[in-house]
Amino acid sequence: MKSFNFKSATNSKDAAKLATGRATYLAGGMTLLPAMKLRLAAYSDLINIKKIKGLSGIKVSSKSIRIGSTTTHAEVAASKEVGKSIPSLSMLAEGIGDPQVRNRGTIGGSIANNDPAADYPSACLALNATIHTNKRKILSDKFFTGMFETELKKGELIETIEFEVPEKSAYAKFPNPASRYALVGVYVAKLKKEVRVAVTGAGSSVFRSKELESVLSKNFSASAIENVNITSKGLNSDIHASPEYRAHIIKVMARKAVSSC
Amino acid sequence: MANLVGARLERKEDKKFLTGKGRYTADINLPNQSYAYFVRSPHARAKITKVDHSKAMKAPGVIDVFTGDSVALDKIGGLICGWKIVSHDGKDMKCPPHPVLAKDSVNFVGDHVAVVVAETLEQAKNAAELVNVSYKVQKAVTKTEDATSFETIHEGIDNNLSFDFLLGDKGKTDEAFSKADKIVKLDIINNRLIPNAMEPRAAIGDYNTSSDELTLYTASQNPHLDRLIMSAFNAVHPEHKFRIVSPDVGGGFGSKINVYAEDVVVSYASKKIGRPVKWVAERSESFMSDNHGRDHVTHAQLALKNDGKIIGMKVDTIANLGAYSLVLAAVTPTYLYAPLILGIYDIPAACCTVKGVYTNTAPTDAYRGAGRPEATYVIERIVTKAAKEIGMDQAEFRKKNFITKFPHQQCLVHNIDSGDYNAHLDKALELADYKNFENRRSQSAKKGKLRGIGFSTYFEACGVAPSAVVMSIGAGVGLWESAEVRFNPTGNVSVFTGTHSHGQSHDTTFAQIVGDKLGVAIENIDIVHGDTDKGPFGMGTYGSRSLAVGGTAIVNACDKIIAKGKKVAAKMLEGKPEDIDFKAGEFILKNSNKKKTIGEIAFACYLPGTFGDVKSPLPEGVEPGLIETSFFDPSNFSFPSGSHICEVEVDEETGETKLVKYTVVDDFGTVINPMIVEGQVYGGVAQGVGQALYENAHYDESGQLTSASYMDYTMPRADNFPQITIDYTCTPATSNPIGAKGCGEAGTIAAPAAVMNAVIDAVGSDISMPATSEKVWNALKKNGSKKAAA
Amino acid sequence: MAVINLKVNGKKISKEVPDNVILSDFLRNLLNLTGTHVGCDTSQCGACVVHLNGNSVKSCTTLAADCDGSEITTIEGLAKNGKMHPMQEAFKKHHGLQCGFCTPGMVMSAVDLLQKKKNPSEQEIRDWLEGNLCRCTGYQGIVAAVKDAASKM
Repeated sequence: MKSFNFKSATNSKDAAKLATGRATYLAGGMTLLPAMKLRLAAYSDLINIKKIKGLSGIKVSSKSIRIGSTTTHAEVAASKEVGKSIPSLSMLAEGIGDPQVRNRGTIGGSIANNDPAADYPSACLALNATIHTNKRKILSDKFFTGMFETELKKGELIETIEFEVPEKSAYAKFPNPASRYALVGVYVAKLKKEVRVAVTGAGSSVFRSKELESVLSKNFSASAIENVNITSKGLNSDIHASPEYRAHIIKVMARKAVSSC
Repeated sequence: MANLVGARLERKEDKKFLTGKGRYTADINLPNQSYAYFVRSPHARAKITKVDHSKAMKAPGVIDVFTGDSVALDKIGGLICGWKIVSHDGKDMKCPPHPVLAKDSVNFVGDHVAVVVAETLEQAKNAAELVNVSYKVQKAVTKTEDATSFETIHEGIDNNLSFDFLLGDKGKTDEAFSKADKIVKLDIINNRLIPNAMEPRAAIGDYNTSSDELTLYTASQNPHLDRLIMSAFNAVHPEHKFRIVSPDVGGGFGSKINVYAEDVVVSYASKKIGRPVKWVAERSESFMSDNHGRDHVTHAQLALKNDGKIIGMKVDTIANLGAYSLVLAAVTPTYLYAPLILGIYDIPAACCTVKGVYTNTAPTDAYRGAGRPEATYVIERIVTKAAKEIGMDQAEFRKKNFITKFPHQQCLVHNIDSGDYNAHLDKALELADYKNFENRRSQSAKKGKLRGIGFSTYFEACGVAPSAVVMSIGAGVGLWESAEVRFNPTGNVSVFTGTHSHGQSHDTTFAQIVGDKLGVAIENIDIVHGDTDKGPFGMGTYGSRSLAVGGTAIVNACDKIIAKGKKVAAKMLEGKPEDIDFKAGEFILKNSNKKKTIGEIAFACYLPGTFGDVKSPLPEGVEPGLIETSFFDPSNFSFPSGSHICEVEVDEETGETKLVKYTVVDDFGTVINPMIVEGQVYGGVAQGVGQALYENAHYDESGQLTSASYMDYTMPRADNFPQITIDYTCTPATSNPIGAKGCGEAGTIAAPAAVMNAVIDAVGSDISMPATSEKVWNALKKNGSKKAAA
Repeated sequence: MAVINLKVNGKKISKEVPDNVILSDFLRNLLNLTGTHVGCDTSQCGACVVHLNGNSVKSCTTLAADCDGSEITTIEGLAKNGKMHPMQEAFKKHHGLQCGFCTPGMVMSAVDLLQKKKNPSEQEIRDWLEGNLCRCTGYQGIVAAVKDAASKM
């Protein structure tokens, strides 16, 4: 890696102060560090946010779950409260990367990075999450703006992610055979007011499937999906899957998710 | 002491690896060491108009920068093709120049252009970004089938055709086809693979300015061959002043046979700057620049009589050599492939053509199995198709055509000394519970899965190889093997072998042989390999040759030790050498209770005289010392064979294929350590399954390697496999005294066909490797599956 | 550049390291603990797995500076008083290694599994080892070793 300064912040204010120029935040580093090693990214300063008190941890209420941004995937997966309140979210966390990535990788890092094939962004969209930063609250619908892009401004730090507790929900992932990221991941949630379906892995960024949401709102069952036409237009094409195949898998995963709700 | 052979002994080498004490090339750090980083071509094909390294030279920490001009100036030779093939018209194959640092042109992404040597790796890497190479980018060709119609990429090599090889009697084969009741045709692609040994390649050049000795530490399967090539062809350093050490090596699979540009360049650079120069590949460099494997396009035809008897076979293959021809690049798709297309069937007439073509891709060469997986894939796929087309059970069809009498001279090349093909197929049918397969198929169907079964009854030619034979067909070296057995005065034994272990467990297997042979405890036997300064010249490890050829050299050296021991014992026991028996470590005078242990004899050999208690004068004419060397050149290849039966379940909705049952029965001849042999088979099968279901080296139209990391190149992982069942039958090899046939590549040779036959059986139509979910889904849709379409 | 204080294999270490040094390089080059291997550059192969405060992590994707104040166990720290850990013994018994390159990471990962789950099923073992690539063994001996170790630990 090219040289940089490593600095640890102890609170969000310090972190924001340190995050000037070509600096960025470092949580688990599961994506950032490989990118820097391959020289695909370079920064002057890495601001460690793992020592900031209060950024890690899980708080559960009847309506929502708040997860601190430096909470690791392993912690979310192991949390009994999350398992009880939103089991699909524990399952999603349990299926991210491998055990070593889960021991290190964080929810905030995953969301801030917004990899088009990451799992957590789909949970945010489906569970109508609110992303609390050191500056403001951002609705998940506004947060993910494009491939590796988010609404976050320079120096803005995610503090917690607040998920709405759904009536029922499930996440079904069809992994890329090589990377084990989502080739297609579909998160289905029946919330109090609406049904949400978020798709990851298939497009340039996570997105909500209007077609699936509309049929499932009327009839929340796997059979309701049978006649939905998922367009392949705009879906990713790479050596692992064509847009047509991804469109098909969206439907299969949606059915699987709804069936396991 | 006896009966080490055949025992499931735990490995002698394990403790160091398990406690983190293995010593791989990257673990070695030398005083005053510098670091090399290579500038590689980002283009698949381009002319180099200028290499400007002036900025890099001024960068912090930079010691020197070398380019194609530097190596040309110092007359460093290019990389070679070590086994030359002759085309059917009698012309030699065409090999383009392959400089260790490109001078005028680059021909694949990753081609080595320059090297920066600096005080730290970071500095070398930073400075490499400052080397300004001006390229005139040209259109590239990557696809095997496009090569001959593409413009010439190497001057003087028309149609990008290196050789046009023919094996077999075309006239006789045409005649057989004219008498056929049915001709079965098959088009297949053998996908390109990247070997992916877990240890990336590494090399450290260490020139001693005082003694003029050069040492190269490198991750190699064959250090002596490397030294020979680097001395004779690359003109790096004279052989007698050149030592190559290949310490612990983390897997080879063929990818560490070649002398690579990096080996030559770090050696050269060390001589130039008078300091050690270290290079360790990053994984992305391994993907780009290790030799790749396979990459064939083939059309095969089988001529049948109505009763299912095969009467002829024709195969036409185009083999992609990549951008240059590496050491075994040409022999792999010709002599290691074409003779094997007959499989274990009695086929009276056959011919095979192979066009070797150049493209703008990484050079291909031997990859585990080398030629034999490709051949097995052709014959086992077409035999399965033939059985289906004439409506015969696939096991019955195979049995009808099996060779049953040995020795058997095949119509192409090989004379198979021994085997019993019905025996291993019958055992496999039993173990795999073939008769109840249809029940399992219906049970899978109830879960919404399509179940398929696939066979691969393979054979291979290994134990490479008789020198006279291989040299008569173009090999630049003989393929004998050496061993030296040194009995030390204190009674322990050092065994030097010219083979190299990079996972094969030689430390244990060879020690078991020596232990039984000499009656020495296994912990008192040390197997030494991988250092040209220690043992005699040897050819290295590849082609499942180590036990059959290298092991035999060890046995023969042991026999010489025993023969000399008998002379010494005769003197000490006051008898005649012919009256001395040797058994379990003791020399015994017949019809007496007089005996000496081999340790006592060894001691006597080193103290040939009398003083005090020591009374061991040697017989007249016997030299002191107890060290014997043997060079073994086999009379024939060895021919392991076996039956693999695979079952898969295909998810009809997604096309995802899961391996659910896998049965292997092998005939490896004599097995020294079944635990080790099974390990070779498990690993081999996993690589074969990888080829069939997951792995694919993919180049895009412009020649970029789009599968250049583990994010995109699908490596088989633990959760891809069920337990594999393994058993054996045994017909000993007759070409070596051990009776061993070789086991290292068998799994990889047999598995792709077994798996693909199962997938095709499940899906009901042809699919190319790797059988990715999307390919299977497309096939299912085409076949009218409602679930796949929904 | 800063001084970091940490415990490696039970030994207190205080070393000055540049901020951009990765933990695997720190262990290999500065502490000469070359049992931790580096097999890829995308955190996929798992040859570099060590324990950081008791959890398995990929040391090629962890900054040394980030480990200030931590406890690290590498493959070299697993054997106690010259006696191999039951997992190491089980790998030997079941031929869970061939070339040995992936072995340190594989063993460290497997030990962490048994810390988290006492008697894992075969499927759970295979799933857990998703982050560790082996090219030699086909995983069969490895899975058998982990099962056996679980019964002994």
